[in-house]
Amino acid sequence: MTKPLYGLMAEFETADELVHACEAAHAEGYRKMDAYSPLPIEELHHALHIPDTPLPKFVLAGGLAGMVAGMGLLQWISNIAYPYNVGGRPLNSWPSFIPITFELTVLFAGLTTLVTLVMLCGLPMPYHPVFNVPRFKSASRDGFFFCIEAEDPRFDLQRTKEFLNSLRPSDVSEVEQ
Amino acid sequence: MTEAMRPHLDRVQTRALIVGIVGIAATAAGLMMNQEQFFRSYLLAFVYWMGVTLGSLGLLMLHHMVGGGWGVAIRRGLEAGTRTLPLMFVFFIPIAFGMHSLYEWTHADVVAKDTVLQHKSAFLNTNGFLIRAVVYFVVWGFLIMRLHKGSSIQEAKGYWGARSFLQRVSAPGLIVHVLIATLASVDWIMSLEPHWFSTVYGIIFIVGGALTTFAFMIIVVRFLTQQAPMEGMVSSQTFHDLGNLMFAFNMFWAYVSFSQLIIIWSANLPEEITYYAKRLNGGYEYVALAVFLFHFAVPFLLLLLRKHKRQPQILVKIAVWMMLMRLLDLFWVITPAFGHDKDGVPMPHVNFHWLDIAAPIALGGIWVWFFMMQLKKRSLEPLPVS
Repeated sequence: MTKPLYGLMAEFETADELVHACEAAHAEGYRKMDAYSPLPIEELHHALHIPDTPLPKFVLAGGLAGMVAGMGLLQWISNIAYPYNVGGRPLNSWPSFIPITFELTVLFAGLTTLVTLVMLCGLPMPYHPVFNVPRFKSASRDGFFFCIEAEDPRFDLQRTKEFLNSLRPSDVSEVEQ
Repeated sequence: MTEAMRPHLDRVQTRALIVGIVGIAATAAGLMMNQEQFFRSYLLAFVYWMGVTLGSLGLLMLHHMVGGGWGVAIRRGLEAGTRTLPLMFVFFIPIAFGMHSLYEWTHADVVAKDTVLQHKSAFLNTNGFLIRAVVYFVVWGFLIMRLHKGSSIQEAKGYWGARSFLQRVSAPGLIVHVLIATLASVDWIMSLEPHWFSTVYGIIFIVGGALTTFAFMIIVVRFLTQQAPMEGMVSSQTFHDLGNLMFAFNMFWAYVSFSQLIIIWSANLPEEITYYAKRLNGGYEYVALAVFLFHFAVPFLLLLLRKHKRQPQILVKIAVWMMLMRLLDLFWVITPAFGHDKDGVPMPHVNFHWLDIAAPIALGGIWVWFFMMQLKKRSLEPLPVS
């Protein structure tokens, strides 16, 4: 029984070749693909045409929620729950509420970033097919990998393999599901 | 390349000189009309441009200590900025002449009736003020000459030829600079209200100046890289870094300014609260609101977005805006000190005068003219790091 294919993986020796491969594959019409690199490459983002992440919107919402929570908490305490005259200052002493409001804004925004990022990345992910390629270990050391996934409508084992070989990778391998 | 840039720098220099001369003429006319107001507006202009000179010195020493691509890009501008110090010394002379109309503590009859001022007179006296000013300028001048020398050695022998020399100057230099800039802010601005005191005042002055300097240097780098010989020499990543630093310094300024407000507001002590009583009444509360919204909130939100920092044509607009808002902030800090009659009762209106605009433009024109002259003296190419 042959296992279904996850995709085709090409290995490159330099970051430039990897970026070039991504651009070529996008020009060829492939969309479901990903690149794996041991170091961040700024151009990859453009070469893969990855849409902008929605993360900032979540962080903004989290920050605003923290701001409302901080100011609301202090307003509720000092005006409703426990109105108390401190040195003749007004109950709504908003300047002294600013530090807490600021801290809660930062805290909520920070926690939202963490939680949303983990969720958007699909973590935790205990299994991923690309690790079936034995040489993929070097993706965290010195190897630059590019994978076109079988889900892509233009994917065809024979033609995609020929296309990847035309990019002169050091190796092309089939990735089992 | 530096030669090819010369016509562009000449063009700006000439225009700045024309603006400066027209501004000086207008300000001189103001001096004839209203001497009292002239000195007030002149002090505002002096403090504003002194902030850029001192900000250049502080940021240059900071760059020598911590490195970074942002500093390489603006280093020539910062060096030229520090060398405007002689000009600022000349600009200080009118303040020495205007002391008597600016500072209450110079009046012997006022001090004679005031126990607090008598106790402070060991520090706040005319001779002390003038001697200290000369000492400040000498110390700053010494630091600038050492940094200038290190820079020349680097040009001759390469980056490593003077790196440790520059660090040996900058590390103690930063400490000394912050101390004497704090004292200078006490002398020149805080003593306008001689009964009042705040220990964070010097930092607000220094950080504000550094913020003005960042805005100014972004404008300079944008202008230089718009001209054909230097086109594309500064990457969008570096503009991003400069934008982030301007953002950080704006937040630092807001942080220290708000710290001062909240401590004084919470304590509500009679000898401290007068400062904010003057600045949050009589129309100045609207100026304060404008400073909060347009100096802090609007640039804060704009600079949060990545694309505003990576695109120089957008970043430079925010930088111009920031420079204008710095003037508004200093107006709010300085002018209310004069906004009360002899009994200390606040005047029921904002004490704005056209000289508050004319004097900063006059000094600014001359300052930029002198800055361009300094910028042309050295190579415009940033020193490579290896």
